[in-house]
Amino acid sequence: MKKMIQHGLAIVDSPYDEDGKKRTLLNKLLLGLTPSQYLLQAFRNPFNWILGAIFAIGIPILIGRFFFGLAWATSGSNDYPWGLFLGFGLFAMVPLSSSGFQLGTACEIFGRHDLEPIERLALLNGLLGYFFAVMYLLADLGQPWRLPYPMVVSFGPAAVLFLVAWHVATYLSVQVAEVSSAFFEWIGFPAGKRAIRRITLGLTVSGIILSTLHQGALGALFTYAPGKVHPLWYSSSFQWLHFFVSSLPGGLCMVITVSTIAAKTMAWRGDHRFHEKLDKVTVSLAKGACMGIATYITIKLIAIAHDNKWAYLDTGWGQWFMFEIIVGFMLPLTLMTYGVHTRKMNVVRLGAFMTVFGVVLNRVNTAMITFNWKLPHREIPPWREVIISLTIFATYIVVYRFILYRLPILFKWRQQEQEETVPEAVPVPALGRREPSRVPVASYSSMTKLD
Amino acid sequence: MKRRNFLKACLIGGTTIALGKTNKGWASGSFEGYPEAMGVLVDTTRCIGCRSCEAACNKEQKLPEPDTSFDDPSVFEHDRRPTSKAYTVVNRYQKEQPSGPVYRKVQCNHCNEPACLTSCFVNAYTKTKEGAVIYNSKVCVGCRNCMIACPFNVPGYDYDSATNPIVKKCILCYDTRLKYGKPPACVEICPQEALTFGHRADLIKLAHERIRATPDRYVDHVYGEKEVGGTSWLYLAPVGFDKLGFDTTLSNDPIISNVKDFLGMVPMVLSIWPALFSGIHLLAKHEEQGGHGHDTDSNQEDTKP
Repeated sequence: MKKMIQHGLAIVDSPYDEDGKKRTLLNKLLLGLTPSQYLLQAFRNPFNWILGAIFAIGIPILIGRFFFGLAWATSGSNDYPWGLFLGFGLFAMVPLSSSGFQLGTACEIFGRHDLEPIERLALLNGLLGYFFAVMYLLADLGQPWRLPYPMVVSFGPAAVLFLVAWHVATYLSVQVAEVSSAFFEWIGFPAGKRAIRRITLGLTVSGIILSTLHQGALGALFTYAPGKVHPLWYSSSFQWLHFFVSSLPGGLCMVITVSTIAAKTMAWRGDHRFHEKLDKVTVSLAKGACMGIATYITIKLIAIAHDNKWAYLDTGWGQWFMFEIIVGFMLPLTLMTYGVHTRKMNVVRLGAFMTVFGVVLNRVNTAMITFNWKLPHREIPPWREVIISLTIFATYIVVYRFILYRLPILFKWRQQEQEETVPEAVPVPALGRREPSRVPVASYSSMTKLD
Repeated sequence: MKRRNFLKACLIGGTTIALGKTNKGWASGSFEGYPEAMGVLVDTTRCIGCRSCEAACNKEQKLPEPDTSFDDPSVFEHDRRPTSKAYTVVNRYQKEQPSGPVYRKVQCNHCNEPACLTSCFVNAYTKTKEGAVIYNSKVCVGCRNCMIACPFNVPGYDYDSATNPIVKKCILCYDTRLKYGKPPACVEICPQEALTFGHRADLIKLAHERIRATPDRYVDHVYGEKEVGGTSWLYLAPVGFDKLGFDTTLSNDPIISNVKDFLGMVPMVLSIWPALFSGIHLLAKHEEQGGHGHDTDSNQEDTKP
């Protein structure tokens, strides 16, 4: 992409191309390239080859899981009914997706408009994280075609999972609505965008409610197994709070991580505003994450004190616990605090990566590694289970990239509000409509310098 | 929510729950089981490990042929657990003791307040008035939360089936026997009378009677009388239950009582959050119009309850 932009390609960031003609849907889908150019750039990217290799092996195995059953694809253990698909896929993806409701709250409820350059990325990160958590769930369920049963066929309202099912389903629709305003801009359907804008406050508030509840509910699921989760990862009173509070820095740090990757690998896609504001926004997010981590570490220690579990720290499990909390939470807290104060962005970003690692490790520890700690054997996921998990994650990356390349997430769609109401029969030349302060079409090289 | 369902079921079922009992149920949070609930008392001092109960169960429930025959003693070398192919297994403990080994039959204990039932989001489990915990495979989605929740590690899953995998566990022979007042197949076949079938309330009395009559023979505890809110299967043992593979760290409260803190919080969040955050939004908006800028203060702490 970089090379093509240097060769004078105009990136798609408005409904009109540089000659002032309206872009077709195909043109927008192909990023303004011709089909052959598009394929060329796709083949030139080495990362696509890695993805291709993963899909070549992974997709047949994923299909095989539905034909030969879970015993073929996973450990199929009665003692460890939840393997990698849920332990990693569901329990780790969901906390990393709490970004949507947090940035939505900050921008729409608290009026922090300075965070807006990242708001859409955070919303998209939330939507995709949830969507793929559900994909992992579908791979794991014994009878995935019955997934709607708790909504329509048979109700178990006393079950925490019932709550999770309903909330994740509702929240997914809320997030689709939130992200759809970017889609409506891109596709050219201003009425849809206006409709969403009108209900933004409602959507955001329901996002907070649903997120509080199901982030917590995922933790509460483990209170059904008081003897199986290791005491250091278990707290009957605070489990849901641990999961909820750790999801807050998890989601924020995931946005820092993704925005860092996006700014590096698809610099052409972010607009001037995104690149200029990114450091400042990252600092704000990191500050929020630091408060979240500090609170999390505190309530974690309170839980240990509450049930007097200090003695467990002096065991092998205790060392593993300390590794998780030091490397995954305390160290990143220190790094980010230091980075924020000295404005060393690389230190802040390193801290954010480590927090993401810490949150994932915490979930995998709770659901898999320390689960059944009293049983003599640990379950190591077999290779097919690992490959399927990897394949779903690779699909997540592909979809994420596909959307970031196209929808106005990292850049502003160049079209002013009032002009959206102008009938489409009167096309205004794009060049004439652009604000003078914006980057002119010809100078994309100035943006590619950023990477 | 759970309690309400339970009590509704009690009333509809025409059982003799008086109002006083209902109030007690609400107030104390301890459902002590249906009055007519049946159960089985396992006297591990009588069991000789013949595994005829395993064979009878296999036949009654039409389970697949086992890998080795039911008189193969080599299975005792490792502890086994119930699976989708064997609803009950007998394990051997205390092998090196001079008093000889102790055998323990493992199967679903049919809790009074089953964790599997309360964790199921499609309500696939039912505790019948006869005391059996039965399962409806027609609605099961296969999330396997019941297997996570079961404190005794009982339910097994049909991982081999691609099209219709279901949870399989002992149902106390509900469909074929219990419903008609007959004892389960394993109890009927036991040559040692190690298993006694009867009303749970009577079995508890019987168990304590045996301990009182021959205190040297038993430790003074009936496993299942109080564990996780009480179970329909009850055990007597000659040595500490922890030596026979029983989990002796289980609380006397049913598993669901751990989850109640969270479940109670749910309606509060649902009703308080909308007003709270809409209110904050109004305040923030007002402040904006009043010309107060926002600077670097963090937004995160406010999203925590």
